[in-house]
Amino acid sequence: MFSDELEKISWEETTKAIYSKTEADVIRALGKSRCDVDDFMALISPAAEKFLEPMARLSKKYTEERFGRTMSMFIPLYITNSCTNSCVYCGFHISNPMARTILTPEEIENEYKAIKKLGPFENLLIVTGENPAKAGVPYIAKALDLAKPYFSNLKIEVMPLKTEEYAELVHHGLNGVICFQETYNKARYNVYHPRGMKSKFEWRVNGFDRMGQAGVHSIGMGVLIGLEDWRTDVTMMAYHLRYLQKHYWKTKYSVNFPRMRPAENEGFQPNVIMSDKELAQVTFAMRIFDHDVDISYSTREPANIRDHMASLGVTTMSAESKTEPGGYYTYPQALEQFHVSDERTAVEIEKALKALGREPVWKDWDASFDHVAQSHATAATAR
Amino acid sequence: MEKLIIAGKEFESRLFLGTGKFNSNQLMEEAILASGTEMVTVAMKRIELDNKEDDMLKHIIHPHIQLLPNTSGVRTAEEAVFAAQMAREAFGTNWLKLEIHPDPRYLLPDSTETLKATEELVKLGFVVLPYCQADPTLCKRLEEAGAATVMPLAAPIGTNKGLQTRDFLRIIIEQSNVPVVVDAGIGAPSHAAEAMEMGAAACLVNTAIAVAGNPVEMAVAFKEAVIAGRRAYEAGLGIQADNLVASASSPLTSFLNE
Repeated sequence: MFSDELEKISWEETTKAIYSKTEADVIRALGKSRCDVDDFMALISPAAEKFLEPMARLSKKYTEERFGRTMSMFIPLYITNSCTNSCVYCGFHISNPMARTILTPEEIENEYKAIKKLGPFENLLIVTGENPAKAGVPYIAKALDLAKPYFSNLKIEVMPLKTEEYAELVHHGLNGVICFQETYNKARYNVYHPRGMKSKFEWRVNGFDRMGQAGVHSIGMGVLIGLEDWRTDVTMMAYHLRYLQKHYWKTKYSVNFPRMRPAENEGFQPNVIMSDKELAQVTFAMRIFDHDVDISYSTREPANIRDHMASLGVTTMSAESKTEPGGYYTYPQALEQFHVSDERTAVEIEKALKALGREPVWKDWDASFDHVAQSHATAATAR
Repeated sequence: MEKLIIAGKEFESRLFLGTGKFNSNQLMEEAILASGTEMVTVAMKRIELDNKEDDMLKHIIHPHIQLLPNTSGVRTAEEAVFAAQMAREAFGTNWLKLEIHPDPRYLLPDSTETLKATEELVKLGFVVLPYCQADPTLCKRLEEAGAATVMPLAAPIGTNKGLQTRDFLRIIIEQSNVPVVVDAGIGAPSHAAEAMEMGAAACLVNTAIAVAGNPVEMAVAFKEAVIAGRRAYEAGLGIQADNLVASASSPLTSFLNE
């Protein structure tokens, strides 16, 4: 389990190492065809700031080698904002006296139909809070079952589950799981996640092992930028990525760098702000570190950043997202989890990407392959 | 230098030697000792298994050397498992270099049979070091089957052509959780050094030493090359490519300054 590996990596020492990187370290990293985590640390360090242009050039080159000039498109759907956690930065936290929604099967299906009218979406991300009693695995399974006729690739972003629960959802057509560790700083983790299941650091960080063991095809990772020093956090994520790739080598990985903005909501203010330049730097660094990993930008990011980065390393984007449950049809007014910056429609985003010489890819999977995946999941559970 | 650990056993030397093709057992022994190796493979088909005084064996066995019987000559998994059990009996070791090459011309390993035999032999308690194609997926499957190392080939055996499978070896090294021993095709110390610089755990050399003008001197040259390559890997290599072509303007990132 990754928690054992993480025990061996000191947060403080790693931070110190990143900030002691020199230009020579950056140049060495840029000269390598395969970078290790130490090189990645150099590329995200302050010493690399003046190398943004050569980093962009390399990132663009590797991205085009592996992904061509395409952009994979997806859309998220929040099916509930009911949550028993108390994450201090999140609009859905338990003490927030907001109206809670758990979409009914009929409402979920209406959302699917509404999404299909926005654009030719085939990649759907189903999002929930954490309330296993009211919106647990059977509820998620139902949402997947209902989605199958409408979408060919189904991912979830939900609470960490047991191995057998992931495997069960694979039977219901699940292709991928996204889970953000938020921060790898174990000593500070509970400052942000004081109560609820999410307060259990190991349960969350080892959730990725459980996804791998259950044979989930695609795993998405992320740290929430705004909690701890982002450089140390993304370095830990780089370690985690390498670990997962070595252990669950049949799985595809994606990474996200969701940035909190100041005054994003009235409560929690981010401890650290990542500038646009720094977002670009970490994106280039990740691509140079890992030529194959999917790098995903959500509509949290403004349109101009998304457009520019679309040819420099980013390979997946959401479009026309609503971050409130039922936001496409049922409850267009419910409270959103975070504020969307890029408010363009899917059609507008498609047009912009084409103008930039990128081909938006809506469908890159076929549900008929899932029968095979399901038999693998059965075998994994049997083991 | 970091110690190499295979199946819990530590090795100082990262050079493994094969014992074929020497023109005398005496010369072979001198080369083995000069190379500093602690792992020597021998084809069980070359040994008179019921003769404790077998001359070849006498020249190989030393207290610091792990004897690694190999199954060279077998053509199927079934034959390999049988041969392995014979070897365990005769040599008193459960270590085994698994070689299955039904093709007598190029001696290329049979991937399907090698995987099957590895699964079987691990269950039977062997420490299995399979010689295999430089196929990253196969290497992951062998690892999952419980192989103690993987031993992908650099080039067809005996050709001395060096790292022809370089790009695949790189992927194998990157992905592997068990030591990667580059086996077959290493023809010069520079080839071994390159493999070690890439991060290979060890190299296995036979022909290049056995048929050199002076095998003992060549054994020393390989010893030094393997050490140099490993040291370079651990030290972190410097810049290799021209990724840093200077550019006065910033056409790709100027939007960040707007």
